[in-house]
Amino acid sequence: MNKFFVKNRDLTQKLGFSLLTLMTVMTIVPIIATVIYIFVMGLPAISWEFLTEFPSNGMRDGGILPAIVGTFYLTIGTAIFSVPLGIAAAIYLSEYASDNKATRLIRLAIINLAGIPSVVYGLFGLGLFVLFLNFGTSILAASLTLSIMTLPVIISTTEEALRAVPQSFRTVSISLGGTRWQTIRKTVLPQALPGITTGVILGLERAAGETAPILFTGAAFFLPRLPQSPFDATMALPYHLYVISTQVPEMPVEIQYGTALVLLVFVIGMNALASLVRSRARAKRQW
Amino acid sequence: MRWHLWFALGRGRNGSGNYYHCRAQHVAPTIKKMKNKIVIENLTLQYADGKEALTDINLDIPANATTVLFGPAGGGKSSLLRSLNRLNDLADVESITGKIFLDGENILDPKTDVIALRRKVGMVFARPVVLPFSIRGNLTYGLELAGEKRKSRLDEAVESSLKLAALWDEVHDRLDDPAIALSGGQQQRLCLARSIALEPEVLLLDEPTSGLDPISTAKVENALVELKKEYTVILVPHSVQQAARTSDYAAFFLQGKLIEYMPGTEIFTNPKRQRTEDYVTGRFG
Repeated sequence: MNKFFVKNRDLTQKLGFSLLTLMTVMTIVPIIATVIYIFVMGLPAISWEFLTEFPSNGMRDGGILPAIVGTFYLTIGTAIFSVPLGIAAAIYLSEYASDNKATRLIRLAIINLAGIPSVVYGLFGLGLFVLFLNFGTSILAASLTLSIMTLPVIISTTEEALRAVPQSFRTVSISLGGTRWQTIRKTVLPQALPGITTGVILGLERAAGETAPILFTGAAFFLPRLPQSPFDATMALPYHLYVISTQVPEMPVEIQYGTALVLLVFVIGMNALASLVRSRARAKRQW
Repeated sequence: MRWHLWFALGRGRNGSGNYYHCRAQHVAPTIKKMKNKIVIENLTLQYADGKEALTDINLDIPANATTVLFGPAGGGKSSLLRSLNRLNDLADVESITGKIFLDGENILDPKTDVIALRRKVGMVFARPVVLPFSIRGNLTYGLELAGEKRKSRLDEAVESSLKLAALWDEVHDRLDDPAIALSGGQQQRLCLARSIALEPEVLLLDEPTSGLDPISTAKVENALVELKKEYTVILVPHSVQQAARTSDYAAFFLQGKLIEYMPGTEIFTNPKRQRTEDYVTGRFG
């Protein structure tokens, strides 16, 4: 058998490549198929009214404006809490913390945090923010819950971006009489910014598409008006999609797919933005 | 313990690795006449990985001269250089004992203001590392960190430092171009100019021409001749030939120990220690 493969190296190589190609196709096809299917099924529902009106007739008619606005609010709220905290933590871990038991424990915790199922974050948010801190079912509580879920992503991508900046830049900056913080602020951070931005966007994108963490902490089945303050509950695209897919009888299918399409475009749009930031920065990078 | 050279001569000319830390007696008068910018006393440095980098170094470095630290790799030259501006603080140093006096102040004292020290003791590395800014941005970086905001002062520093580093003619019309676009030799002179822009008192150069072509090397070496009029220059050369060309004083390092320290003209023509002679004449290295 072994001899056969050695003798027919060309054939073996072709076989191997074909197998790898097949595997690749198998991973890509379902994704593309899903996207195309949702576009085809959802596009007829999309209209100006669909994007700017409230649902009516028990969600079976009208638009999804409050869900769009709600998801927008939740994403902004998540960014407000998770971005500064995540970046600060990453700077500490990458630039200041020495490699000891405590920091290794922190890193381990961050990795584990990323692996926790999102519904667990939801329950945690319910216990801490909604009940204990008494924020109620609100944008604030939901944003905080989503922030905790997003933090590991932001911390690890930011840390990676910081580590990618050559060590020699730091040495030179220090040798020119820079303090550690000056070195970080003037040299390291500007160079790491594109990587950090990419990580932040990807983290927020995940938060925007999540249902479980907001299920108990901030999402409402239906609200007749837009939320007025951070302490109001809100409708949100992923939860709305869940509601109209499972909770409403005789729901028109195109509204379901229309909602899915809006959410998909929102998420893909953020993803594209992240790619754009990354590729533009790579073209400009000087190292 | 300091051994006089003639004493060391009598015992040490066996090349058996039995070295003594000497401050050559017959050299001492010439060196002592000069103002000693840096005085190193009993400096011993050990890294965390157990490697001993420097053993009981005693060395006086005069002002306004080029002092060359040379010897085979791993001899502790870079470690010594990096101790002089406390850049070793960034490395995993297990212990450092002894004293380094800069103008009479012990810079190893924990109370030393290391930021001020590093402005006074500039450094150029073996591989040119330009920061990801413009040429001008590289030159003004240190001054801006020090709080200098006056544009006239910054422009002045840019011009004078580039002229001293023999780079002005090549880049004066494109100061806002990215520094990375310069050639390797230009980048290294930019690094030199960047250190000069801070107007340090001491310049440390760690194999500054190791990656350069002969023409660029000559330009850097010529710049050093100009520089030592104003600064104390300490150079780790990338070859014995460069050591011979550039040195006013030369110290030979082997395995963390200072073997011999003399005026450059003598150490390369008439070394007193066997190991120095062997190295200078290329019998090992």
